[in-house]
Amino acid sequence: MNWLPIMILIPFIFAIFVPLIYKLLTPRIHTGWFVLFVPLTLFIYLLRYIPAIAKGKTIHNTVPWIPSAGINYTTYLDGLGLIFGLLITGVGALVILYSIYYMSKHREALHNFYVYLLLFMGAMLGLVFSDNILVLYVFWELTSISSFLLIAYWSQRKKSRQGALKSMLITIFGGLAMLAGFIMLSMMTNTYSIREMITQVDIMTANSLFLPAMILILIGAFTKSAQFPFSTWLPDAMEAPTPISAYLHSATMVKAGIYLVARFTPVFGGSSEWFWIVSGVGMITLLYGSVNAVKQTDLKALLAYSTISQLGLIMSLLGLGSAAMYFGHGDESTMYAVAVLAAIFHLINHSTFKGSLFMVVGIIDHETGTRDIRKLGGLMHLMPISFTLTIIGSFSMAGLPPFNGFLSKELFFTGVLQAAHLNVFNMETFGMLFPVIAWVASVFTFIYCMILVFKTFTGKYQPKRLEKEAHEAPIGMLIPPIILASLVIAIFFFPNVVSKYLLQPAVVAILPDFAQNGGAHVQISAWHGWNTELFMTIGVVALGVFMFIFLKKWIRIYGIFPQALTLDHLYNQGIEKIESISYRLTNRYMTGSIRDYLVYIFTFMILMLGGAIWLLNGISFDSSNDAPINMYEGGLVAGMVIAACTVLFSKSRMTSLIAVGALGYLVSMLFVIFRAPDLALTQLVVETVTTALFLLCFYHLPELSKNIGRMRFKATNLIVSIGVGMVVTIMALSANGTRLFEPISSYFEDSYELAGAKNIVNAILVDFRGFDTMLEISVLCIAGLGVYTLIKLRLTGRDKE
Amino acid sequence: MKKPNDVILHSVTKAAVVIILTFSIDLFFAGHHDPGGGFIGGLGFASALTLLLLAFDIEWVRENIPIDFKVVTASGVLIAVLTGLGSVVFDAPFLSQTFDYFNLPIFGKTELATAVIFDFGVALAVIGTAVTIILSIAEDR
Repeated sequence: MNWLPIMILIPFIFAIFVPLIYKLLTPRIHTGWFVLFVPLTLFIYLLRYIPAIAKGKTIHNTVPWIPSAGINYTTYLDGLGLIFGLLITGVGALVILYSIYYMSKHREALHNFYVYLLLFMGAMLGLVFSDNILVLYVFWELTSISSFLLIAYWSQRKKSRQGALKSMLITIFGGLAMLAGFIMLSMMTNTYSIREMITQVDIMTANSLFLPAMILILIGAFTKSAQFPFSTWLPDAMEAPTPISAYLHSATMVKAGIYLVARFTPVFGGSSEWFWIVSGVGMITLLYGSVNAVKQTDLKALLAYSTISQLGLIMSLLGLGSAAMYFGHGDESTMYAVAVLAAIFHLINHSTFKGSLFMVVGIIDHETGTRDIRKLGGLMHLMPISFTLTIIGSFSMAGLPPFNGFLSKELFFTGVLQAAHLNVFNMETFGMLFPVIAWVASVFTFIYCMILVFKTFTGKYQPKRLEKEAHEAPIGMLIPPIILASLVIAIFFFPNVVSKYLLQPAVVAILPDFAQNGGAHVQISAWHGWNTELFMTIGVVALGVFMFIFLKKWIRIYGIFPQALTLDHLYNQGIEKIESISYRLTNRYMTGSIRDYLVYIFTFMILMLGGAIWLLNGISFDSSNDAPINMYEGGLVAGMVIAACTVLFSKSRMTSLIAVGALGYLVSMLFVIFRAPDLALTQLVVETVTTALFLLCFYHLPELSKNIGRMRFKATNLIVSIGVGMVVTIMALSANGTRLFEPISSYFEDSYELAGAKNIVNAILVDFRGFDTMLEISVLCIAGLGVYTLIKLRLTGRDKE
Repeated sequence: MKKPNDVILHSVTKAAVVIILTFSIDLFFAGHHDPGGGFIGGLGFASALTLLLLAFDIEWVRENIPIDFKVVTASGVLIAVLTGLGSVVFDAPFLSQTFDYFNLPIFGKTELATAVIFDFGVALAVIGTAVTIILSIAEDR
């Protein structure tokens, strides 16, 4: 029995009980202690799979959800999913432990916090283990929603709400684009299962939907992973509590996009579009993030931009690695498979050092009351453990030995250098750009890492500018970053353990061609000889140190860059413009005047009906079946035309009213001539009643607004009314000219035998089609009651006043 | 408002209302075989009542015809719906109508049709609605 589908749901189930625990035990015991047990259990449960997965096994399990639509809750555990699962639960456990000390059990609404966090954790687990793309989408949106709730955790702050809204808009936009891409994928392959799609790659590449589906799915991945130009939500999401920033915005959610790209590499990889979009956007993001991180003065903002930059690095490596798909299996593709390996490796490394850095920044914030670099300084002696942790994290991020960032950065340089030699996808022309951009970005990465360490911990201690007196954090708060930092060092010394048990299976999952040949065996070693990569690193350090020392001299260059061109500004302007344009547009056509709406309705009618009849060649006049016109009919019609014109051109309303009445009586005369006595009788009486009612209305018109005079002339009205008249006339004549079948009236002519009634009209009304009559008298009844209530209600209203 | 001496109007109205009412009832019953029926019969009936309203006072008409015409409307709709439901009792589709010929004491061989009951409902609904509207508006001062 495989428990994986149930294990994924455990966070959701536990989230139900969190408020109960909170209500019962606060403030005696911190709610977090109970929550901690969930990710720990899951982490240990997932650890058990490592040996099996390392041997190349995969585990899948299906629970029916909507079997008739092919949507089933299928979990699929392979190397890639396992790495993410371990990161989510492992970092999750540490973050919860950290939050127990970070979040006060007296002041904070902890039940909300842990419910949102567990929701997010469950959604993330579901995302990485789902094989069904629609289920994956469900979990994807759940992560968006729960991260929205978490960012706005301090919802009384305006900035929190703004940040949450921004991340919501951008990630949901991407999520919807991704859904469209998924639907296109399922249209091409006729399945919702990713594993089955991979077997049908040949069919898909020939399909015209291949490229749109790819682009839409990539938009989803890029928005979630804060790639350029969708990165603008991540720095604003830093308003969340620091445990959340550490968890969501460094280790898990932002990597959902990475996961998606990695997961779909077997489907889309090997095409030049995928290679260029993924690696190109990754490279731009890498450079953009690192350059922007240098100028930040807020520690969390600096880390946010560094996250953007590191995610760009991983993304570009995945793009470069997709070239391996192009070559199939061979020595050449093994070279590019290294890039995929480096991506996964850096993904793990980034989660460890960025998680610990966020936690340390949280500690600094917690113990000094500020995160502003300009106010901090000289904390080295006051907070020695935090200082050590920062050094480990930052130097690893900068890519220095003896930390794991060094290894993955070397592999990254290997990847870009090999990409420069690539001779497919037009790489001969642009290939050299990759190492150059990578190197420049690494220099900036080095600079901001140094800023993070030395501006915070060295220099002069300024106690007057701090809100609290700085001191070391409680040990519980330090344990999680210490664990992460020891991982940072441990991975450096034993990279091949990680490689063998985690990285190789993941590479096999991303590049399934390697599965047959036992996977790509790459030895990661700290010392790999005097090669180009090492010289590049030495160059990064040399230039980085030089630029850091003279930082004050050149930092002013950032001021030159116009504020109007920042992504943040563009986003805000865009939202504002959309709002104001739609406001103005709506104001333009929703005038509130019925006359305008009638013009729209009639114009639409003319265009639709007239256009349809014209385009479909529906105009046909056939007068062969028409009856001859006699003198009475001619006379009556002439009278009706005169009456109708009188209505239009009369000066007083009374004349118009009488003319309308005359028109009604002439119509009843027409009924007489056309031998419809029932209609004639009814028309006479009803016309009398309506004329009387009109007279009543006019009698009560207020004195002031009595508009005596001819109707004002308006060209629009004339054109529209003539158009409607013409369209209706043409349609009536054409309908008369086209007789598709015989009328069914001959059946009703037997009414005496069928209904015992000689009056056919009445027989139809009460017998053949009695249902209509029944509802019509209901209409009458409602009208009568309506008049009654309108008048009576107004009377009572007046009494109250 | 009211003119002091409307003797002619009153006398003519008294005669005319009887004639109009008779004519309306005739129209109603003629509906099955000749022009007429519930709708026009009901309207005619209502016009007779309107004539009474015009010639006499509203209070006077109210006193002499102490009927709430909203109830008349409702019962008309109810009768129409019930005739439809009646057919369901006899295992026929909703609103099935039937007819047959009977030998009645005075009329001789006469056709009786369920459609007339339905038509009666229509007539009541029409009378009720028309008079309700006219009375409501007339009383709105």
